[in-house]
Amino acid sequence: MAENGTAFVRFVDVQKSYDGETLVVKNLNLDIAQGEFVTMLGPSGSGKTTCLMMLAGFETATHGEIFLDGTPINNVPPHKRDIGMVFQNYALFPHMTVAENLAFPLQVRKLSRGETEDRVKKALDMVQLGEFGARRPAQLSGGQQQRVALARALVFEPKLVLMDEPLGALDKQLRETMQYEIKHIHESLGVTVVYVTHDQTEALTMSDRVAVFNDGIIQQLAPPVDLYEQPENSFVAQFIGENNKLSGRIASVEDNVCVAEVAGSTVRALAVNVGGAGEATTLSLRPERVFIEPDEGALPNIFEAKVKELIFLGDHVRTRLDVCGNDEFIVKVPNASGHVHLRPGATTRVGWQIEDCRALDAA
Amino acid sequence: MALPTYASPVERVWHYAFHIICALIFLFLIAPILVIIPLSFNVEPYFTFTSGMLAFDPEAYSLRWYRDFINNPQWIHSIENSVFIGIASTILATVLGTVAALGLSRPEMPFRNLFMGILLSPMIVPLIISAAGMYFFYSNIHLAQTHLGIILAHTALGTPFVVITVTATLVGFDHSLTRAAASLGADPTTTFFKIIMPLILPGVVSGALFAFITSFDEVVVVLFLAGFDQRTIPRQMWAGIREQISPTILAVATLLVLISIMLLATVELLRRRSVRIRGIVE
Repeated sequence: MAENGTAFVRFVDVQKSYDGETLVVKNLNLDIAQGEFVTMLGPSGSGKTTCLMMLAGFETATHGEIFLDGTPINNVPPHKRDIGMVFQNYALFPHMTVAENLAFPLQVRKLSRGETEDRVKKALDMVQLGEFGARRPAQLSGGQQQRVALARALVFEPKLVLMDEPLGALDKQLRETMQYEIKHIHESLGVTVVYVTHDQTEALTMSDRVAVFNDGIIQQLAPPVDLYEQPENSFVAQFIGENNKLSGRIASVEDNVCVAEVAGSTVRALAVNVGGAGEATTLSLRPERVFIEPDEGALPNIFEAKVKELIFLGDHVRTRLDVCGNDEFIVKVPNASGHVHLRPGATTRVGWQIEDCRALDAA
Repeated sequence: MALPTYASPVERVWHYAFHIICALIFLFLIAPILVIIPLSFNVEPYFTFTSGMLAFDPEAYSLRWYRDFINNPQWIHSIENSVFIGIASTILATVLGTVAALGLSRPEMPFRNLFMGILLSPMIVPLIISAAGMYFFYSNIHLAQTHLGIILAHTALGTPFVVITVTATLVGFDHSLTRAAASLGADPTTTFFKIIMPLILPGVVSGALFAFITSFDEVVVVLFLAGFDQRTIPRQMWAGIREQISPTILAVATLLVLISIMLLATVELLRRRSVRIRGIVE
């Protein structure tokens, strides 16, 4: 581990199979630094929750080793791992008051009564529920219950906190408030957080790094900005944010620029994850990086487009076009003064830069 | 259920007929028990109402049979036996049944239905068959005519009730609570006593109550297995009817009815109190 002395949590070649035949997690390697906020993002069944459960100790790895602070923890039972956990359904003890729920981890650690009371009070104040100590969980709203669950996972000062879709049951507005709250708590306590979600907005707003899971494999592990700006494969490009997909075939590759044939048109793109000439590829292009009616010759890629549909969304007009044989091509036209007015059925031109169009694997 | 204003005449008739039918069913169920109570105060050694009783003549009533009961060492001994055997078998059945229900409710439990069937079989197999089987089996291993033998037999009969009530409580049990407790640092024993037990307690208590009542009014197994020293209240009543027809058993029956009512009421009050204190949403 010498070369990785900084890793606080390490997954080394971890595999998990429930039935002995299919692998739910395939050869996972992941290093998480102390104090980092790492999100495991992916569709359901992608193995992200299984990874979290293995870290918590509720599932055992079929193969490989998990290290926490340099120590292998495969054979450490969950209650001795000292890892805080927030569950999707809160998992508050219904027969205890809020204060009793928070005191529980301190009592099993045999802290003195005075210290327990102090810490419970501090933890409740941290989540702005100072007045609610005597209530039962059933008397609280969903958001309040989740705050209690959060406080309970932090009150015994674990170095690592796991969160399994903690905001999944809350409504949109509350979810956003809680995202910031969790983020702020993470920053002020410096605790390491491993967060599981299938909501990409949540992952992008909160995380230092995001691990995108699919099919039991980490597709890409990167900070949110890189994940959005520089997806490494077509799954990540499609899963994170909105994406225009053009399927074609590589004609030639030169340095990091490639030329692709897409439905009879020739598109110049950044070669990121492609094979040689003749191989299939998927070009990925963000809707906000497409220019409408650019000047002739101003951009290396300019194509005819047919306007299919316009959706007015206030700050921008979502425009669906038919470009290079893809009639699901989306362009966001900002509602700025003097913007181009399009009509359905009209023909226009669109264009984009080489570096905004990434040539990825064919999926 | 008040009658809606749009009810047709047929519905009106049925509405009242329904209530009368319900009342008759209740009467049918409870009359044999209620009749015992006044008869137990009969001054004459008869099992029927005397003309004096029907005329509410105070002379026709007495506590004679209650006195007889208290002064009879055989009856006192049978009460001691019943209470001892009842409590011992209840404790055993409750512990075993609760543990069995917890195990059976785990998703990874193999052959769950088979084990459930075996555990519940004493409730389904005709009692006389269980009793006969136990008689021969227990005789071979010198458990017949011992207190331990009857306690074990009653445990087998009481366990199914505990398994059923605790399993029913566990159906709504949120297993992430166990995981939460573990993640907070509680070992499995602490988790069981601090988290699982308080939440399944209503099921455990009602199961224990059923187990106690099963033992308390069980006569078939006792007829086979008990010697004179192990006579329980039902066995003594059996003897009372067959051998020395005496209204003392009516006095005993009345006392038993009172005890049963008090027991049930206590448990229900305790349950409501715990629900209120814990704020559990039912």
